[in-house]
Order: sequence, then structure tokens, then C-alpha cells
Amino acid sequence: MADIAETRKRIEIEVLRYRPEQDTEPFLQTYELPFTDDMSVLQGLQYIKDELDGSLSFRWSCRMAICGSCGMMIDGKPRLSCKTFLRDYYPGRVRVEALAHFPIERDLVIVIDDFIDKLESIKPYIIPKTPRTLAEGEYLQTPAERDVYEQFSSCINCLLCYAACPQYGLNPEFVGPGIMALLHRYNVDSRDGGAAQRMEVVNAEEGVFNCTAVGYCSEVCPKHVDPANAVNQNKTLSAKDYFLRFVRPKGDCR
Amino acid sequence: MNAQNPRRPYLRPMVGWWRRNPFFVEYMVHEATALFVAAYAAVLLVGLLRLAQGEAAWNGFLDALRTPLSIGFHVVLLVAIAYHCWTWFVIMPKTLPPILVGGRRLTPAAITGGGLAVAALASLALFGIVWGMAR
Repeated sequence: MADIAETRKRIEIEVLRYRPEQDTEPFLQTYELPFTDDMSVLQGLQYIKDELDGSLSFRWSCRMAICGSCGMMIDGKPRLSCKTFLRDYYPGRVRVEALAHFPIERDLVIVIDDFIDKLESIKPYIIPKTPRTLAEGEYLQTPAERDVYEQFSSCINCLLCYAACPQYGLNPEFVGPGIMALLHRYNVDSRDGGAAQRMEVVNAEEGVFNCTAVGYCSEVCPKHVDPANAVNQNKTLSAKDYFLRFVRPKGDCR
Repeated sequence: MNAQNPRRPYLRPMVGWWRRNPFFVEYMVHEATALFVAAYAAVLLVGLLRLAQGEAAWNGFLDALRTPLSIGFHVVLLVAIAYHCWTWFVIMPKTLPPILVGGRRLTPAAITGGGLAVAALASLALFGIVWGMAR
């Protein structure tokens, strides 16, 4: 690996900056820095913060695409900055902005309160069908039963799918792709009995039917969750809920 | 002390959102092709109306269909509706629950391919029936 002090390759990173105490609106600031082929965009930002401009703010933690903290718009596309490499934008410059459709708190940091509130509203944990004591042992599940929800359980709450969803941008009330994937993950788990409670979120005015099947959420997901599939499966389930309510009363609408 | 809240979250405007990404441009194009489906439905409805108005009206409608302008319009409709059909089946795997065939999940490519094959066969069958009736 080439040492960064010896590399001759340089790249420009254009960052959308916003400092609420002094800026009325965001503006682009360009930094030029040396880079090596193994450097991610996140490492480029860390270089800027350490060596060029300590006032730049951004979120990060694990550096290996599992914590979901470092989502950003990179050349206009929602991506994890730890999983995106500077070499792919060389020569030339790369533009980095805060995730689209969310309010900007500062620089590349977004306000995620709305997502957290929605996450709490779907009860993202297994609600047992019947209470069970420790003495009764664990809940058993077949591989086939696990296969139904496993893909949806890979969600890391990185919010790239929200930045990919114009419907969420136009109407932030919309429950959105990531939350629907997580809701579906629990609703179709054979150990869970909370589906009727969660269907209130699905059936609501701002529920699944806000989705117009753009499908970009599933394209940008770094963990191959396919949130568009969760949303659209629940359109069918919601319709079933609506038409079968006279025959088999269950579930409600918020 | 009554310090002012320094937080001032900035919300970016959504104006022109669909031009920001080629994926969204394609989405708008394939959604817009639905208008061509509606246009063809309107052509068929006008035909039905002219048929109800009697033989002269119906023959006038047939003559209008044979004009170069009408033929060109129908070619445009065919292309737009074919593209609409294609995008419809491309998105179909995202709308279906897992389908197990012999213990394995049907792949997205198989669902899209199956849908397109059924659409092509149905179109051919309809074409054959109408061709047979017209002869």
C-alpha cells in the first residue's frame, strides 16, 4: 500500500456545507487532497477534517458498511461513503452532499428524528403470539420459515432508501421503504403475533399506498434488502385486510 | 439565560426532482407511456361510438384509420405501449411475495421473462383471432 505522504495522485472533493449559525443556505466548498487507491470517500472526508478543515461535520462509525452511519449523496447518488472509493472518481472531482430528502442539521449531518419516530411506531421486535416461560424453551423455526424474512432483517437503518425515494421527499409523512422492510420482517416471522397492530401503519393514509413503485430504494440498498418488495407485498396484504375485514375482523386503520 | 436554539435544520427544495437522476427520468418516461395506453383506449371508444351511429359513420372511422397520419400515430402507440409492457414486467418481481417452485425461489429474471412471454403469446393469439375474423 502506498503511503499517503508519498502519493502524487490528488483529487478534489466538493462538499455541500451548511453551518446553521452563520449560513442562510448550503453552499459548495472544494477541497483538494492526496489519495491512495484504497481510500474510501469517508477516508477522504477524514483527511479533510484532520488536515485541512476541522470544522467539517459528518457521521461515521464502523468504516465497514454495517453501522449505517455514513450515508451521503455521492455525485448525486445515495451511497455509504465507507463503501465508495475515491479512485472511481479519479481523475476529476467528486461531489458529496447530505442525504437527500432529510433536513440538514449541519454539513453532511441530517436530522433523523422522523425515521426514529417511525421506527418506534412499528414495534420492531418480536411480539409473541402467546406468553411463554423460560422453562418452555426457545422458539423453533425451520429454514423455510426463516427464509421468508431473512433478507429484510439485513437492514442497517442507513436511510439510503429514503434518500432514493422521491415520494418521501415530496411527502415526509409517508412511512417510507426502510420502515416497511423492517415492519414486514417482523410481520412474516413465524414467531411473531403482532401483525394486526403493525397493519395500522401499513393501512394508514401515509402507509404503503403512498408508494408509486419508483423502485430506486431497492437499487441503492447496500445490504440487498429490497424494500420495494416489502412495500408492494404489503399493498396486497393491506387490500386483503380491507376486503376481508367483514368476514374476518382484525386489524384497524389509524 | 435564555439562549436561542442554535438548531436551524435546512430543508432542500424538491423542485425538478425527477431531472436529478437518470433513474427518475426513466421512471417519468415509463409512467408517461400510460398516457399512450389511455390514448389507444380513447381511439377504440371512438370506434365503438361511430359503430353505434350507423354504417356511414363506421366507414368514415375506418377511412380515418387508413390515413398516413393515423398509421404513424398507431406506430407511435405500439412502440410506447410495448415499452410500457416491458417496464411493467421489469418491476413485477418487486411486487410479488416469494414464489416457491420445487423448493426454490423463482428468480426475478424468471418472473420478468415469464410475464413478457405471456404478454407476447396473448398478443399473438389476439392478433391471430382478429386476422382470422377479418379474412
